[in-house]
Amino acid sequence: MASPEQSVVVSGIGQSAVGRPVDRDPMALTADACLAAIEDAGLTRSEIDGLATYPGGALGSASPGFAAGGIVEIQDMLRLELDWWNGTAETAGQLGSVITAVAAIAAGFAKHVLCFRTVWEASAQGKGGRRGIGTGGGGGGIPRAGGEMQWRLPFGAASAACWIAMMAQRHFHEYGTTREQLAWIALNARKNAALNPAAIYRDPMSLDDYLGARMISTPFCLYDCDVPVDGSTAFVLSHVDTARDLRRPPLRIEAIGSALRGRPSWDQFDDLTTMALRDAAKMMWERTDLKPSDVDVAECYDGFSFIALAWLEALGFCKPGEGGPFIEGGERIGLGGEIPLNTHGGQLSAGRLHGYGFFHEACVQLWGEGGERQVPGDPAVAIAAAGGGPLGGCLLLARS
Amino acid sequence: MSDLPFRLLPRIGPENEHFWTGGAAGELRLLQCPACETWVHPPQPICPACLGEPLVARATSGRATLHTYTVNHHPWIPGFDPPYIIAIVTLNEDPRVRLTTNLVHCEEADLRIGMPLAVCFEEREDGIFLPLFEPDTN
Ligand SMILES: [Zn+2]
Repeated sequence: MASPEQSVVVSGIGQSAVGRPVDRDPMALTADACLAAIEDAGLTRSEIDGLATYPGGALGSASPGFAAGGIVEIQDMLRLELDWWNGTAETAGQLGSVITAVAAIAAGFAKHVLCFRTVWEASAQGKGGRRGIGTGGGGGGIPRAGGEMQWRLPFGAASAACWIAMMAQRHFHEYGTTREQLAWIALNARKNAALNPAAIYRDPMSLDDYLGARMISTPFCLYDCDVPVDGSTAFVLSHVDTARDLRRPPLRIEAIGSALRGRPSWDQFDDLTTMALRDAAKMMWERTDLKPSDVDVAECYDGFSFIALAWLEALGFCKPGEGGPFIEGGERIGLGGEIPLNTHGGQLSAGRLHGYGFFHEACVQLWGEGGERQVPGDPAVAIAAAGGGPLGGCLLLARS
Repeated sequence: MSDLPFRLLPRIGPENEHFWTGGAAGELRLLQCPACETWVHPPQPICPACLGEPLVARATSGRATLHTYTVNHHPWIPGFDPPYIIAIVTLNEDPRVRLTTNLVHCEEADLRIGMPLAVCFEEREDGIFLPLFEPDTN
């Protein structure tokens, strides 16, 4: 069975400096990542005919440092000549923007699509610490909550930390999952980050460190929450017919998952323990002959630790509800384990590049460029999965 | 009201007024489809089950079940000080209908997922009554 996305390859990746903060204009960080990705692919600016980003210009100011430039700003800054472009937050999670680019290439609307995501939350939040997200109500004076935010903000549920914490708590209730188990998402990330020179937090972390950290929103402590950074990540996706023009052996998009089913809501979704990840993963596996046992490395969104656990279950690496025992002790998800997870340190320890970091790392691993953190055994199949709550999207990548 | 904590209040309009002001009459009001009796929340103009319209605001029993919760310790909103309990509750009329809310008149140690809850209201500015929940002792 050949799905349309299998005519699309990853041809190049790029990343700016990543830090807390990086002393550089966020738009310039975007340029750094984009130009690196184009060069990595063996292409030039003039060959890029498509551009995609998350969340795009309209929502770039949803919270401080959430984005830097939408499609039009980057098109103009790099003087790109585009046949196809798309920037939106209303898609299958952060990597929904990449999935849309895959669709555009498969449809023949563009040959080489540049995808980028830039954050500068470390600079924007400064020393004030992490904030909740916008009110949705607009207006001057004391803001009012509008849209879907009105159902949560009046009750102080101002951050996805609180919303996802309630999903984790429900998982704890239904399946007996514990903090001692959940900890291994964070501990595994920190272990891998120690081997990644570009990661933010590289000092060793013990289970006691984790259990002793201050609580944010039960059952989440500080180490269950990712670390805001400045940085930009970019990829070039190309049509497989252009492969002879490319510098690298391309990575095939084997399958995508973008399903939106049930009620797309932080509190009304039918099963809060799976979130929308369940349906995105199911769709992905229906589009390929590969199976979870064929996957060599999994890069799964960990904006909050529980989301990565939920992705492991959704993707079929363990049964629904068995994520706690599966990750406990960290052996199965370690670099030499059954399914190495978040090999760069995830957003928890390598920095909140907001979805794009996982796709970047999946490519690094498939190209065998992970250095000290390289998964042994010459991995050939990887998953990049991002999103949480009512949004989720995933891509299965394979060496051609 | 002066001793109440600061809260970010909802912007009231014709579509959500029934929900945020029903507490003046002591009622937790949600939209219901007169044709098929489906409860609909958040508000929308047509019934998602039978596509009938209009929907009408009706009082519920105000009784609910604790679906999940979190004790928030982080100061996200200046003036609304932690710790406080955020919960998702399911309405007894239809457990598919959920509300995010605060639990009051109880402590973290009292919380059991599945416990019965009853609505109570916090009166705020501009006729807004926030529906909060407390353990149902009846
Ligand atoms: Zn109806």
